[in-house]
Amino acid sequence: MGRIGVLYCFLLLLFANHLRAGTITVCGSCEVKTIKKGIAVAADFDTLLIKKGTYKEFNIQVTKPLTIIGENYPVIDGEDNGEIITIVSDNVTIDGLFIINVGTSYTADYAAIRVVQSENFLIQNVVLEKLFFGIYLEKSKNGRVYHNKIIGDAVDEYNSGNGIQLWYSQNIVVERNIVQHVRDGIYLEFSDNITIENNISSDNLRYGLHFMFSNDDIYKDNTFENNGAGVAVMFSKRIKMLGNTFKKNWGTTSFGVLLKEINDAEITGNTFEENTVGISIEGSNRINYSKNNFIKNGWAIKVRGACYSNTFIHNNFMYNSFDLAYNSNLNDNIFEENFWSDYTGYDLDKNGTGDIPYRPVKLFSYIVNRTPETIILLRSLFMDIIDFSEKVSPVFTPDELVDAKPLMKKIK
Amino acid sequence: MNTPLRQYQPTATMIKILKYSFYDLMRSRWSYVYFLFYLLLGFVLLFLNNELSKAVITLMNVIIVLVPLIGTIFGVMYFYNSKEFTELLLAQPIKRSSIFLGQYFGVAGSLTVSLVLGLGIPFTLYGLFQSKAIWDFSLLLITGAFLTLIFTAIAFNIALSNENKIKGFGYAVLAWLFLAVIYDGLFLMSLIVFEEYPLDNLSLLATMFNPIDLSRTLILLKLDISALLGYTGAIFKQFFGTNLGLFVSIIMLFLWTVIPVWRLSYVAKRKDF
Repeated sequence: MGRIGVLYCFLLLLFANHLRAGTITVCGSCEVKTIKKGIAVAADFDTLLIKKGTYKEFNIQVTKPLTIIGENYPVIDGEDNGEIITIVSDNVTIDGLFIINVGTSYTADYAAIRVVQSENFLIQNVVLEKLFFGIYLEKSKNGRVYHNKIIGDAVDEYNSGNGIQLWYSQNIVVERNIVQHVRDGIYLEFSDNITIENNISSDNLRYGLHFMFSNDDIYKDNTFENNGAGVAVMFSKRIKMLGNTFKKNWGTTSFGVLLKEINDAEITGNTFEENTVGISIEGSNRINYSKNNFIKNGWAIKVRGACYSNTFIHNNFMYNSFDLAYNSNLNDNIFEENFWSDYTGYDLDKNGTGDIPYRPVKLFSYIVNRTPETIILLRSLFMDIIDFSEKVSPVFTPDELVDAKPLMKKIK
Repeated sequence: MNTPLRQYQPTATMIKILKYSFYDLMRSRWSYVYFLFYLLLGFVLLFLNNELSKAVITLMNVIIVLVPLIGTIFGVMYFYNSKEFTELLLAQPIKRSSIFLGQYFGVAGSLTVSLVLGLGIPFTLYGLFQSKAIWDFSLLLITGAFLTLIFTAIAFNIALSNENKIKGFGYAVLAWLFLAVIYDGLFLMSLIVFEEYPLDNLSLLATMFNPIDLSRTLILLKLDISALLGYTGAIFKQFFGTNLGLFVSIIMLFLWTVIPVWRLSYVAKRKDF
């Protein structure tokens, strides 16, 4: 084409771009003073540039495919009047806003940003404070929630909302968000094919992540720390949990992860550290647990019943008060080649696995399951003695529940 | 000595006998062995754990088993070994309670000093005073000291009531075994047998009546393992976590010390030697 051709192309592109998307600037001294007005005058695919300042607005309806960009974090103050931004159009981008004072209601779930039945949205670099619900995605598809910071001030469960909530949504990526001090950090209900990645959800009242009736989802490399109850994953199929960290969920009813009615999941490379219960499992089948680290938990794994065909391979169990609690004599789960810090066996043939099997269920753990009050005898000499005698000749604990090849060295 | 004749002072005599016993034990190697044992234990634990709060947990396991055992055995051994000296003193115009209490506090005091110094030195060197574990550690030492006082007193009582050394020794070890192991076994059995009933107050009471269990529970709840204890733990935390609970526990430990000591002086006064 030659040099002129390139220039021509460039000009055409520039021109076309101008034709397609204009920029409307919103600021206190501009022609357009409010965001609502800006949206009203904008054409489809325009960019709304919001300058620094405070905008006291609520119920902003985004009805057109727009890009709304905040410059130096303009503040949108809802003054506790209700919902702040509602997106009802496809192809909307929201970037760099600081939204505060979402109204609290006992009848409506007011959110800072709500996306309703829309596709291809992007919400990024948004800071939310003093909120009820944060980012609420409702029946939406193909969107991305990226790098937002949600800091709530929730005190009671009944009058607080969730940080990021997905309801009947599909194909959404939730990435690099920080959620703190809300009811549930991230909440999913009836949402499939969601990727939740690199988020930090901490200090929330109830769950760091709450998952219901949502299938084929992946969550990866997230950190869930010091939440009221930990992470709850319920009634879902084909979930992948990879490389997450669950720590310091410490309290009488806390756990790292609660799995309830979860089937065909994969739980790999996660770290469970200093939780009252690392994983609490109930009615979950065909789950592969591998390469996880269970460190210094009260119970590393608590199996509550109706769990079949689960495999625990190549996990590290280190310094937990109890490695495993099990409430039935029937065992259909496989424990193999894990590292147990409590293992006292030897490896004469030097093949890396212990020569005598390890029994992860201690007698004390069995007794505590039967009569919870007996936990008060934790760390007493009597318990150590009967645990030892049970280890030598098992009578009460499930006979076939053994790791036949306990590793001698921990897995890196 | 050329000291002028003084009026007889029971407390001063007791302190004098206490000093004799104390220095006697210091001269004998056992005090040092005990001290060195704790010193070594402290250093090894800190070397392996390198974290004060974790070392405190491991140490608790040692303290609630070993301290009572050593207190018991040491108490019985010392009482029988110093029998001739005691009989010599009995021939003097000295109050009997002064003799026995002096000896008792000499033994218990030297054991306590060994314990506190033996563990205190390594932990201080590893930066105890800058650590948050200082209160847990202090509680550990306080309960350790109480356990020494309690079990030495129990041992002295048993030895005083049994002329036969073998019998006395057997009873003393049995007493330790009962409080350290058998009591918990019975406790566990009753919890399982009566599992249909609300057991929280029962277990609270049962804990109160055994100094070893009481110390263990006190330390466990302070070390934030209470979350493991679930509902029962919540009730225990409610009780022991408050100042009232701590106060009541310390009073209980105090009673556990005072009652055997009182019995010691009571029996000693009336005994026909």
